Amino acid sequence: MKQYETVIGLEVHVELATKTKIFCSCSTEFGGEPNSHTCPVCTGMPGSLPVLNKKVVEYAAAVGLATNCKITKNCKFDRKNYFYPDNPQNYQISQLYYPICRDGGIEIETKDGGKKTIGIHEIHMEEDAGKLVHDEWGEDSLVDFNRSGVPLIEIVSEPDMRSADEVIAYLDKLRLIIQYLGASDCKLQEGSMRADVNLSIREAGTKEFGTRTEMKNLNSFKAIARAIEAEKERQIDIIESGQKVIQETRRWDDNKEYSYAMRSKEDAQDYRYFPEPDLVPVVISDEWLEEIKAAQPEFRDEKINRYKEEYKIPEYDAQIITSDKHLADLFEATTAICNNPKKVSNWLMVETMRLMKENNMEPAELKFSPENLAKLINLAESKAINSQIAKEVFEKIFNEDIDPEKYVEENGLKTVSDDGALKEVVKKVIEANPQPVNDYHNGKKKAMGFLVGQIMKEMQGKADPALANKLLKELL
Amino acid sequence: MSLMKLTATGLGKKIQNKEVSVTEAVNAALDAIEKKEEKINSFVTIDREGALKRAKEVQQLIDRGELKSNLAGVPVAIKDNMCTEGMLTTCSSKILSNFVPMYTAEAVLNLEKAGAVIVGKTNMDEFAMGSTTETSYYGATKNPWNTAHVTGGSSGGSCAAVAAEECIYALGSDTGGSIRQPSSFCGVTGMKPTYGTVSRYGLIAYGSSLDQIGPVAKDVTDCAAILEVIASHDPKDSTSVKRDDYNFTSALVDDVKGIKIGIPRDYFGAGLDGEVKEAVLNAAKELEKKGAILEEFDLSLVDYAIPAYYIIACAEASSNLARFDGVKYGYRTSEYNGLHNMYKKSRSEGFGQEVKRRIMLGSFVLSSGYYDAYYIKALKTKALIKKAFDAAFAKYDVILGPVAPTTAPEIGKSLSDPLKMYLGDIYTISANLAGLPGISLPCGTDSKGLPIGMQLLGDCFKEKNIIRAAYAFEQTREYRHSPLSLS
Repeated sequence: MKQYETVIGLEVHVELATKTKIFCSCSTEFGGEPNSHTCPVCTGMPGSLPVLNKKVVEYAAAVGLATNCKITKNCKFDRKNYFYPDNPQNYQISQLYYPICRDGGIEIETKDGGKKTIGIHEIHMEEDAGKLVHDEWGEDSLVDFNRSGVPLIEIVSEPDMRSADEVIAYLDKLRLIIQYLGASDCKLQEGSMRADVNLSIREAGTKEFGTRTEMKNLNSFKAIARAIEAEKERQIDIIESGQKVIQETRRWDDNKEYSYAMRSKEDAQDYRYFPEPDLVPVVISDEWLEEIKAAQPEFRDEKINRYKEEYKIPEYDAQIITSDKHLADLFEATTAICNNPKKVSNWLMVETMRLMKENNMEPAELKFSPENLAKLINLAESKAINSQIAKEVFEKIFNEDIDPEKYVEENGLKTVSDDGALKEVVKKVIEANPQPVNDYHNGKKKAMGFLVGQIMKEMQGKADPALANKLLKELL
Repeated sequence: MSLMKLTATGLGKKIQNKEVSVTEAVNAALDAIEKKEEKINSFVTIDREGALKRAKEVQQLIDRGELKSNLAGVPVAIKDNMCTEGMLTTCSSKILSNFVPMYTAEAVLNLEKAGAVIVGKTNMDEFAMGSTTETSYYGATKNPWNTAHVTGGSSGGSCAAVAAEECIYALGSDTGGSIRQPSSFCGVTGMKPTYGTVSRYGLIAYGSSLDQIGPVAKDVTDCAAILEVIASHDPKDSTSVKRDDYNFTSALVDDVKGIKIGIPRDYFGAGLDGEVKEAVLNAAKELEKKGAILEEFDLSLVDYAIPAYYIIACAEASSNLARFDGVKYGYRTSEYNGLHNMYKKSRSEGFGQEVKRRIMLGSFVLSSGYYDAYYIKALKTKALIKKAFDAAFAKYDVILGPVAPTTAPEIGKSLSDPLKMYLGDIYTISANLAGLPGISLPCGTDSKGLPIGMQLLGDCFKEKNIIRAAYAFEQTREYRHSPLSLS
């Protein structure tokens, strides 16, 4: 069989984290009764006019700067005309002719540890559509315009990626940059980040591109990876059997791990783009651009270096903690209080990660406060509670953000380090367990563990295990 | 004398002086409407109850000294393409025949703040597309000077209502001459301000980059006073301009000494009716007598204005009117089979011929493969026309010419030949393409007794120049009440 190369470009839509919509002052907040976050503008009422939200321009330009794009100082909006009920004006205000950012790129790490730059063709601003709600019992469909007019940026890459790994690395990097900017929370599952994959294959070594397809409905990194593999195979099969790939848009069904054609190029709509006459050109002055630049945050690579220097935590820890902006923020806030970076890092990397995985959560969903984690670390460090108790208390913090000091106090969880009381229990355990005691004296060191366990059980976990060990050895 | 013979500022003064109550003024308008509406059809909606209720409120505010505007309590009619909260707003189209807006257009709000009392919404060409007010779903409005003739359009209802004295003044909108041309045909004064002067928020768009709201009244004084009230910088309209000076009435001075008036030869060539030409040139001479300096010049590019205008206006309209689909508001066909069939049937049944023609024209010029050849070329032409006017205004304070090539044609003679109808816009559309202010005021009548209008154009933001010249000319001539207003 011939060798094939996969060529992939991405169109990534990101919902911006502005408080209000792109062309009106309605809230962008998620949820809410249908059509409760609407006004004449975002429902396309006759006579209403759009007014651009300045924050959208700032976020879009910030993403452009962070991805090494050129910023269009005189950018314009255009109308994209198409009929669909979720689109109240039957046109979408977008940018075609003069998008805000062009010609950028970001560096990713490839599987073999090398570096590669993925080009960014352009970034443009546009409005989101509403949502159709289909009545399951009747024949009607209803429209909810709460999402109509939520600001989006579309980041169009060059066809520079060659594998699913590179695609994931690119998306991951993009997600982090945007999260660090605070421009979006970039949740694929909730749709605040959506990626459409343009994929074609060609014989290895050739220069010309093959016919590409566009894949939609990809709701997770895993789905993206699976869809890329499947589409690659599908196109190779077509070419191997002597047929031609059709340029079309396909929809991925992640449950069936299969895609089906939505529309071919022949049925592609003519969007009749033209300059939006209701908006004036966006002039981005040098001063404004400087302000946006000055407001850029510390990005991940800079953070990793600072963590290693300032907090003296290992590269590995720094990598994991900075892999998500929320995690990094939590780390810095907690460390600022308890001044124990390595412990904070441990709690985040081990227990926090474990519970997140168990609960299928994203770091953005963490709801405990740095204050309570810091208090817990202080309790554990001062040996006021032992490590087992600390883990239990942490679960409470993780789930309910309880105050660990109060909780330990109210539930009597403080470590008993009073010699007298503990000595009594140790004696009791020795008396009650003659066989293990014997075993211990006969050199079976494992028996020691059993006995300590019994002591802890008697003490309801509140004993200082080191002290229990010491006393047990003495009394034996 | 009937109150309806008064000008807006004249009646406003009497109301402030307590010579006339607001209710009396409003009743006078409502009575006139009742008497004349059958003959003239200038209204789509008459709000008798709302107007009388509002009259009482306004009177109280005046009595408490809280409303001092000389438009307070004066009955006004609003073109039916401006949103009025709780009041039917149809654009004279079947597709909006049941549409009641949830908000009021900014220009109308400004009037209401000044104490205006709205008596109703006026008839128009459907979605402001037309030059005769015959494309209305509600039937043609008839010219108060001769009901066998059209009013012009698209603000025909507003102009006829003022001329027939069913209201004291009205608001119209002007995308290619839609205030000036019917004002000329109906013998009233109408003004299109510089683009961006009056907020478009709440004006149901036809050609967004060309649309502008303006006053229709009996005289120049009223137009200046009304413009002063409706003009504002509106953050809700991104194309709204913050102007340094809104004091338009300060230009109401009878003095044109040394003012330079350019007369474009291109506006007086073939196609212009002889009687219209004579009346307009005579008017120019009146101004000359008062000390203005007249000079003929070549404006150039006049022939390109019509194709450029129809491409741009229709392109924007094809997109602006896409929202009327039967989904959210307005007319929906009674029987349909699936979404696309609903769109198709609702729009086919809801829009009239002329609107469909312009939607198709606009969709065509924006289609891939034609965009550069038509739309981009039209935009370039627009820029060149603006340049030609810039050059003219470097030399002249005011440009004087006719409003339309003829006086009002007979009803039923225009729609069968749309291209000919489009050519009738030749003297007015350039002002929209270049964003200029323009005023149309009566300067004579033809042998059939139909009014002839003259047009004065000014440079962008130079309304005061045309107000001054128009006011000076107006002093040479009595206002002539239309025959229907006297009936």
